[in-house]
Amino acid sequence: MAHVVKSESQEKSFWDGFNRPPVLIALALGYIALTVLGIVTADRRNLFYFTYNIVIFSLFTISPVVVVLLPVSRRFRAITIGVLLLVIMPVMGIYNPYYLELAIQICIFAGLALGLNIVVGYAGLLDLGFIAFFAVGAYLWGMFTSNTNTIFFQNGWIVPANAFYIFFFLGLGVTAIVGIILGLPVLRLRGDYLAIVTLGFGEVIRLIARNLDSPINFTNGSQGLSGIPRPDILPGISELTLATSQFFSIRLDNLGAVSSQIWFYLLSLAVLAMVVVISRNLEESPIGRAWTAIREDEIAAIAMGVPLVRMKLTAFAFGAAIGGGGGVLYAAKQSFIDPSSFLLLASISILAMVIIGGMGNIIGVIFGAIIVTLLDLHVLSMLSQQISALKQSNFVFLGFNFNQWPSQLEPAKFQPLVFGLILVLMMLFRPAGLLPAKRRLMELSSEEVPDEEIDAEISGAKKE
Amino acid sequence: MILDIKNLVKSFGGIAAVRDISISIKENSISSIIGPNGAGKTTLFNLLTGIYKPDRGSVNFDGRSLIGLRPDQVNAAGIARTFQNIRLFQGMTVIENVMVGMHTRLRVSWVESLFRTKSFGEQERDIVKKSHHLLRFVGLDESANEVSRNLPYGDQRRVEIARALASNPKLILLDEPTAGMNPQESAEAMNLFRRIRDEFGITVVLIEHDMRVVMGISEHINVLDYGQKISEGTPAEIRSDQRVIEAYLGRRAVATTERES
Repeated sequence: MAHVVKSESQEKSFWDGFNRPPVLIALALGYIALTVLGIVTADRRNLFYFTYNIVIFSLFTISPVVVVLLPVSRRFRAITIGVLLLVIMPVMGIYNPYYLELAIQICIFAGLALGLNIVVGYAGLLDLGFIAFFAVGAYLWGMFTSNTNTIFFQNGWIVPANAFYIFFFLGLGVTAIVGIILGLPVLRLRGDYLAIVTLGFGEVIRLIARNLDSPINFTNGSQGLSGIPRPDILPGISELTLATSQFFSIRLDNLGAVSSQIWFYLLSLAVLAMVVVISRNLEESPIGRAWTAIREDEIAAIAMGVPLVRMKLTAFAFGAAIGGGGGVLYAAKQSFIDPSSFLLLASISILAMVIIGGMGNIIGVIFGAIIVTLLDLHVLSMLSQQISALKQSNFVFLGFNFNQWPSQLEPAKFQPLVFGLILVLMMLFRPAGLLPAKRRLMELSSEEVPDEEIDAEISGAKKE
Repeated sequence: MILDIKNLVKSFGGIAAVRDISISIKENSISSIIGPNGAGKTTLFNLLTGIYKPDRGSVNFDGRSLIGLRPDQVNAAGIARTFQNIRLFQGMTVIENVMVGMHTRLRVSWVESLFRTKSFGEQERDIVKKSHHLLRFVGLDESANEVSRNLPYGDQRRVEIARALASNPKLILLDEPTAGMNPQESAEAMNLFRRIRDEFGITVVLIEHDMRVVMGISEHINVLDYGQKISEGTPAEIRSDQRVIEAYLGRRAVATTERES
């Protein structure tokens, strides 16, 4: 590569002493070890187990991001993250299968957020209906495999579970085409208008899914599709799971379910890795630069030769394709989908991941996805469980008996409020996100071409 | 003649911004378009580059008509431009700005971008090299990796010129390129414009208000007023043209000066 990525020069400060690689590596490894130890030694009978769980698992889950951000050698970071994600996480999952469920959700939503990031973060096109592509992917897999009484099921047009892999790539293609078809009329609009139209489109897809149960039943309407299969688990995974659990002497209640979760976790992780590579490769290409140019100044971009409509369509198609692939994965994971999985709120929470993490920055967006998913599925629901546990044990704190805690004040019900608050605070204090995007630095490679040669090339077209 | 504009007309609502302008630009020349504010100079540039669609008239560039082309197609045809109020991609680095300028000269394929083929890598290396070269040409190579928002005003103008040159144009349209510059910077800029023509063989057309620049550099001058061409010729001819003086100073002012002298 002609250009190399350089980390920003660090400012001199008190923290300099901590900023040397060996110290940082030790701190990072210590951090990981502590969180793992914290998870393993958790006492489920403790009254405050849920609160403890919120803290310790959240800390563990963000550790890959912490490692990525360390200013140490690439190789160290890659190995650490590999071990974290491929070894430690599955072991934690055997220890407590609930963690795997969360990890899968995070992978899927991080992938989705990266897809939306292409549209919003790179090309600057505000898409409020992104969930529509997710829905198209999910229904694509759901319709052909569900054992619900749809037209496909009645006529026996059911594909085997292992067609998942074909359908995943089919999903990418189909949603990309849907993205282009939608984008053609819509992308002539700018800014707010585009946002409103995409918002409408998101609802349209949901309503189609809801109403396409008559006269011919494709989607089973609001009843949803159930019994959607996952692909078969890779041979060896369940043996490996069993061996691991015996090695760490963890009691396994349901070997089949856990190893299936582990396999699916690995699949989701692979998909996320693929999306990261796609995002990065596009970003660092003429297409990615054209997107940024469009985001910065449309008029200047088109005057400099960037074909606006085609580039915007490309962004839309890639965003849509990634959304669709995520949908296929999601349908297989949930094994049940219905239109209510694809509400406007879902679009907004994916957008929130992009904004909170840092638009246009891959690591930032993944970080955003981790935070939002944890908040949504882990922190708030664990808080609810904590409160109900306190209620049941008549816990008294500062003279307040928790059995008087009103059911209206259940944290899980406050999800939109918490989201709103976070977004407002973000806009006030970190409008570019927690990890803002940085421009890449480009340098000449050592072998330089003499100026005259390039001169000749530049003026060549004219003097032919 | 590399550029031939014939009877170009454009009005916005009831206001005729450009009424019947015909201008010819000789290949390899440096020429200026001058005129008082509101004369239709920038509108003319916007018509040429496809940002506005003309109501009537023809534009022939290098043997083909530009009418109906989109701005990016005009750029691909070989006309690059800068803007009166600098329009850099503010958040991108200087060199990235220049790289975007090359868009029409690249193979842009998402398949190659995704799979990082060998030829993709070669092209990327090539772009970076050429961009550095262009930045050196305008004297900004040290700032290549700065975010362009952070550059001083004069440097931003130069980045815009480098970005325009990146598309490998045959003709470059500069819209008030020395606006806001002091005399020394203007002199440097004039030198740069000459080098664009001499070293790259690119035809240069400027819109300019600074008469020192206009008279010092132009081989040919077109004067617009109220959307019409009122005069053309060499700097010496324009300087002594009564209509031009009137357009700039107003008829009464000219009459007064004459009586006084």
